[in-house]
Amino acid sequence: MGLLSVAALDVRYGQFRAVRGVSLDIARGEVVALIGANGAGKTTFLRAVAGAVPVAGGTVRLDGRDVTDLPAQARVAAGLALVPEGRKLFADMTVEENLALGATVGRAGDWTMERVFATFPNLVKRRHARCGHLSGGEQQATAIGRALMSNPDVLILDEVSLGLSPLVVDQVYASLEGLMASGATIVLVEQALARAMAVASRAVCMLEGEIVLDKPMADTSREEITAAHFGLGRSKGARA
Amino acid sequence: MIGQIIQAVLLGGYYALTAAGLTFMLQVMRVINLAHGSLSIAFAYAVYTLAFRYHINPFLGLLMVLPVAAAVGWALQRLLLERAARGGELLPILSTFGLAIVLDNVMFQIFGANAKGLAQFLGDLSFAAYELPGKLYVGKLPVWILAAAVCVLGGLHLMLTRTGLGRRIRATAMDPVTAGLVGVDARQSAAIAAAIAMMMVAMSGVALGFRTVFDAYAGGPQLLFAFEATIIGGARSLWGVFVGAMVLAFAQTGAAMLHPQAFLLGGHVMFLVVLFARLALGQGSLGTRLRQVVRGA
Amino acid sequence: MTMAVERWTAQSRAGVGGAALVLGALALAPMLIGPGIVDRLTALFIYVILAAMWNALAGYCGLVSIGQQLFFGLGAYATIRIAFAGVDPFLAMILGAVAVGVLAWPVSLFMLRLKGGEFSIGMWVLASIGQLCVKLDPMIQGETGSSLISLNAYGADLRRNLIYWGALAAMTCLLAALFALLRSREGLAIQAIRDNEEAATSLGVRPERTKRRLFVLAAFGIALAGALWLAQAVSFQPKSYFSVQWTAYMIFMVLVGGIGRFEGAILGAVLFFAVETFFAATGVWYLIGLGATAIVFSLYFPRGLWGAVAARTGVQLLPLGYRATNTET
Repeated sequence: MGLLSVAALDVRYGQFRAVRGVSLDIARGEVVALIGANGAGKTTFLRAVAGAVPVAGGTVRLDGRDVTDLPAQARVAAGLALVPEGRKLFADMTVEENLALGATVGRAGDWTMERVFATFPNLVKRRHARCGHLSGGEQQATAIGRALMSNPDVLILDEVSLGLSPLVVDQVYASLEGLMASGATIVLVEQALARAMAVASRAVCMLEGEIVLDKPMADTSREEITAAHFGLGRSKGARA
Repeated sequence: MIGQIIQAVLLGGYYALTAAGLTFMLQVMRVINLAHGSLSIAFAYAVYTLAFRYHINPFLGLLMVLPVAAAVGWALQRLLLERAARGGELLPILSTFGLAIVLDNVMFQIFGANAKGLAQFLGDLSFAAYELPGKLYVGKLPVWILAAAVCVLGGLHLMLTRTGLGRRIRATAMDPVTAGLVGVDARQSAAIAAAIAMMMVAMSGVALGFRTVFDAYAGGPQLLFAFEATIIGGARSLWGVFVGAMVLAFAQTGAAMLHPQAFLLGGHVMFLVVLFARLALGQGSLGTRLRQVVRGA
Repeated sequence: MTMAVERWTAQSRAGVGGAALVLGALALAPMLIGPGIVDRLTALFIYVILAAMWNALAGYCGLVSIGQQLFFGLGAYATIRIAFAGVDPFLAMILGAVAVGVLAWPVSLFMLRLKGGEFSIGMWVLASIGQLCVKLDPMIQGETGSSLISLNAYGADLRRNLIYWGALAAMTCLLAALFALLRSREGLAIQAIRDNEEAATSLGVRPERTKRRLFVLAAFGIALAGALWLAQAVSFQPKSYFSVQWTAYMIFMVLVGGIGRFEGAILGAVLFFAVETFFAATGVWYLIGLGATAIVFSLYFPRGLWGAVAARTGVQLLPLGYRATNTET
């Protein structure tokens, strides 16, 4: 069993099944790109994994431990951190205050406030600025830094490049490079397929709440992923 | 005239103290606690009982009641508000109103219809006064209440801005779900905030008992005063509450100078004027704006 | 599978027919029952009015008012004021309630812009203002109060029966008016979207207008209830008519009966009437019980008794909505 192991996860909004029996097993050190169209259930799935959305069925295990019934903050304490879509910073708090909140659970590890500032040097000058006044790139860096402050074993990045200019996206990914090289376990949602294929070691495609493709990045192709993305030639056989 | 201005400032000190607890709960839990006034009266009765039965000085009595108040706040949040808030916007209003009715009538059952005060247990202090230049005398107790209000609001401000607990409470007030995602126990933060708010409620109840007499049904008017001060000052900082309390006290005092029966009316009318001036200026829902008090703290 | 959409089900036909029968029987009742029971039934009709009118705001607009005693007190006050000018007391009751309804229109323009707890306590502040202003009227003599003396022109029995029929007629008309409002296109829309105002706006429904109508109807109805109560009690003290206890009763009735349920408010009023009949003598404990029941229902049975019954059995006695049923499977 991997570091993060999700089995038969179901999430419902009323009658609507947003996530349908999703199972996913992620080993330590993997960088998984979660790909899919808007509304495919990616964000709901990740928020359910992080404990922000109640699940209707299935289990989430972290390092073998069942965390399905734990609230979000207990999952953070167990080593799972989500950088939510839209960043969700506390806009009226400063960068430093947001980062300090990330350390609430007090997990031991290498990440300190100073290391976050070293990793995202663009934040140093903005240390005492309210997050609402930051640029998009600075906000994204703060959101990632805030998640890292909990010293997670698994880092989930939901749409880190949404709303950022290509140049800023390059900067954000450059800052993440060191993290990925250090053997961190990462799940990321990225709309730009080329970028996702470049950084991830494994591709997982979601369509209508289900996983329709799950392969090592080396064994798949842009065409196959695109087909899965749009539900073309959809077959369960595409699963590895 | 100067004497009346001083009286208004001192009255404003009491209103600031009672509004502080209501505002804090509104900001963090997004709930207007309709049992606010009744709870403050209940704590005043508790201190009264300690003083009357066991001859405990009311200041010491307040110190003994504060931890109880904190426990009450915690329990109120965990057992009542949390559950009610899950059922939508109406239920916290209804359940806290129900609580106010229960408290008012239980207190009536226990303490009867006669008004009680706490000043009688303070001996000489109850009428001790500071002498100001120009032969003006200012009661010591109201001055202390004003000082307490400044300390409580200032302390709350420092706690919210300078401590980890304050950060967690502010994060919970802004976005409880995201607070959970960064590792903050939002339920716990809200319960702690409720405990703090309830300690302020206990202080305001005792302050009321020092200023004047109260009976079992005095909670309703106290809620209205606290709410009016909160809304009038509903600006961007906790000091807005202080300003609102002062405006309310001045409106009441000023109206009473025009017509002896217009004291309450003056406060109510000021409240409506400020409320609708703000609505007319289109500054959005007051609730949204009030929440910014914590954010901006 | 075919679906049939219908408004009139067999049940609701029976319900409306039953209601008509009950109302007819009640209209004839004073010939058969003793004066004590006539008085009690009058009180029941007034409770039904209060519950239904409070429910109109809370159940359909999502607005919990803690200040409906404003209209109750103003209705009674306006009646006394108008009767004092020499108008027949029964006519004064109607004119008084109309005056309060007219006053409620501009009030609604402001108050309906408030939300949640702000609206609740804002209404309470208004009620307090109303009480303070009424006390300033020299005729009322402060807390001493006044009374509807001109009712003495009617003999005791005739007076009792007239008030009874007046209350019955008021209840019937107000329920019918509320029913009609809720059955209108906009009334149905407001029920469909009461939990989601944004969705309503996107559907092109303007809930403000319906809310305003319901607010004014509630003000008028509660003022009429206040006038009827005055007619029965004769004496008027601002403190008791503007007491927040009236709103507490309304909340109790609607919460227990079923918030947002037309039948629920009526059921709640009947239950409140029964509870009051048996327990009012216990004084303070009775009020503690009402408050505690309100807490328990809001926390554990927020749909109330009728809500629970309707959810379990699908019963709808009054054809308020449309119902989709499977006619084939």
